[in-house]
Amino acid sequence: MDDNHIVEIRDLVKNYPVGGGHFTALRDVTTDLVVGEFTGLVGPSGSGKTTLLNIIGGLDAPTEGSVTVLDMPLGGKNHKELAHLRREGIGFIFQTFNLLPVYTVFENVEFPLLLIGMAADERKELVDQALEWVGLTDKVKSRPAQLSGGECQRVAIARAIVKKPKLIIADEPTANLDAKNSHNIMQILVHLNQELSTSFIFATHDEKVMGYLTRIIHLIDGRIDEDEHISEPEYRKGK
Amino acid sequence: MILFKLALRNLVGAGTRTWLNVTVTSITFVLIIFMSGLYQGMFESNKRLMIETEIGGGTYWHPAYDPKDPFTLEDSHGVLPTEIAEQVIAGTGMPVLITQGSIYPEGRLRPVLIKGIPPEQQVVTLPTGILSTYAGEAIPVLIGAGMAKTTKLRVGDTFTARWRDARGTYDADEAEVVSIMNVENFQVDQGQIWVPLERLQRMLEMPDEATYVVVSRETSLLANPGGWNTMSVDALTEDFRRIMLTGQASMSIMYLIFLALAAMGIFNSQVLSIFRRRKEIGTLMALGMHRGRVIGLFTTEGGLHSLLALILAALYGGPFLLWTATRGIPLPIDYAEIGMLLDQRMVSVYPAGLFVGTTLLVTFIVTIVSYLPARKIAKMKPTEAISGRTN
Ligand SMILES: Nc1ncnc2c1ncn2[C@@H]1O[C@H](COP(=O)(O)OP(=O)(O)OP(=O)(O)O)[C@@H](O)[C@H]1O
Ligand SMILES: [Mg+2]
Repeated sequence: MDDNHIVEIRDLVKNYPVGGGHFTALRDVTTDLVVGEFTGLVGPSGSGKTTLLNIIGGLDAPTEGSVTVLDMPLGGKNHKELAHLRREGIGFIFQTFNLLPVYTVFENVEFPLLLIGMAADERKELVDQALEWVGLTDKVKSRPAQLSGGECQRVAIARAIVKKPKLIIADEPTANLDAKNSHNIMQILVHLNQELSTSFIFATHDEKVMGYLTRIIHLIDGRIDEDEHISEPEYRKGK
Repeated sequence: MILFKLALRNLVGAGTRTWLNVTVTSITFVLIIFMSGLYQGMFESNKRLMIETEIGGGTYWHPAYDPKDPFTLEDSHGVLPTEIAEQVIAGTGMPVLITQGSIYPEGRLRPVLIKGIPPEQQVVTLPTGILSTYAGEAIPVLIGAGMAKTTKLRVGDTFTARWRDARGTYDADEAEVVSIMNVENFQVDQGQIWVPLERLQRMLEMPDEATYVVVSRETSLLANPGGWNTMSVDALTEDFRRIMLTGQASMSIMYLIFLALAAMGIFNSQVLSIFRRRKEIGTLMALGMHRGRVIGLFTTEGGLHSLLALILAALYGGPFLLWTATRGIPLPIDYAEIGMLLDQRMVSVYPAGLFVGTTLLVTFIVTIVSYLPARKIAKMKPTEAISGRTN
């Protein structure tokens, strides 16, 4: 694997069994994601964006082809090994935030660190830092139900970045947010991308998100239609 | 350890439902221990009472004696074999002679057992000494409080007693109640009168004879001396032990109902929580928990009910059980009258094994009902769980 590559996908096909036959959600997908890229999967509904993100995250298995993530070929790996990959190297941001409802903001952000067995004082430091990045230091003790949608997504971002993963996967992170909050979230992510050179891969149909992307992969009917590199994203100008 | 911490967070965060389950489980726990302890206490206090007032360290029965068959009484008396006589002379054996007779308090006939006992005996705690202080002509009689109540006899009352002597001839004499004793053992109270042994031997013309001999607690029993049957304390308390065991067996149906109730509550909560928390389960998997660990988390969460229940049980059950074990529960009924052998205060006895056994049982069942629904998680697809979609 190329040192510069964080994800390598070769001849990927994904079929879902439907009725007697199957439905092909992804076909002939071959591409590489480079370290530090701020990539978006863009395409109409049903074009396979979520499916591709799930496969990269090891949550779903390809039907054909090979996928290598963070130097680990995913083919033939059991769910324990895949869980390990996610735990150590990948952060997730979801459209519906997916915070753990009984935990406080602090505990939610702390969770990934508990999973990797980090010591308490080290955890505290990293959680405080992550909450500072997303500007939520004053909500440490709140529970998700007491937060606005924008705040919830910021907590989710803090949770995704707290362990400083190499790759963050975000499926429609702004779909449930208004314009102001969407820009706010994206600016935080861009900042992290620049500071920590974390690689991002989004699925989105949000024009606002597209304005921040450095690369857009257009999917149509499960196929890569166009692969666009953007040297000066609209909203990144002047940065 | 981290599973434990997370599970505790989730459980405490779940609120009312948790506390409801924990409360029912803790009640089950306390109930099982309390009822078992009560039965154990009944048995032990009964055994102690029997030893003190009736059977001492065991008895030798005349070969023909069978207390369950009154018709044997006519033949079950004899002179003591030497080995037994030696113990009697040494003061460690107490001969008792029994015959059937009738008494006529207030002119009404009542069949009774007339029991002869040496007034100076120290083997059982019956206050027989009073029999030797009587200076009158009548037969001095000692009766129990229960007997006094049913016959309405009081100290100083006289009545006619009738019996058949060794040759089968009926005889009668005046008897006088010299004392009424408070023994909670109905076996030495109801349907019987106690008289001095030598007097009874003269009345029956059976000098030196006895029906059975009780030995003192410190004395070791001889094996069937002179053909008399040796009855150990265990053998003599066996019947009561069996009654207690049957009682406990029927009580265990109640335990089972409570246990099932607690188990069902926890099982339901688990099923519900796994269904409602699909999205959370998917999220946990996305964050890098593998399935086995998520199952472990939910099982621990359910299993923790038993730990919380244990703590709660210790909080209110501890003092309660301690009180029943030390002060005892006052019994409102006079059991001497209804023919049960019971103290006025019922002191429970809790062997350590009872706590260990009950804890293991409750924990085991709670863990099983927590694990069964959690197994479903293994079949969930993380991709579907994350979005909260159902299968
Ligand atoms: N588990 C499944 N079983 C069968 N078909 C599926 C399954 N998951 C997804 N699909 C199908 O695969 C195609 C791609 O789905 P996917 O969720 O990847 O689309 P998407 O690009 O993320 O769409 P959207 O923008 O609406 O989120 C869709 O037609 C969908 O119906
Ligand atoms: Mg999608």
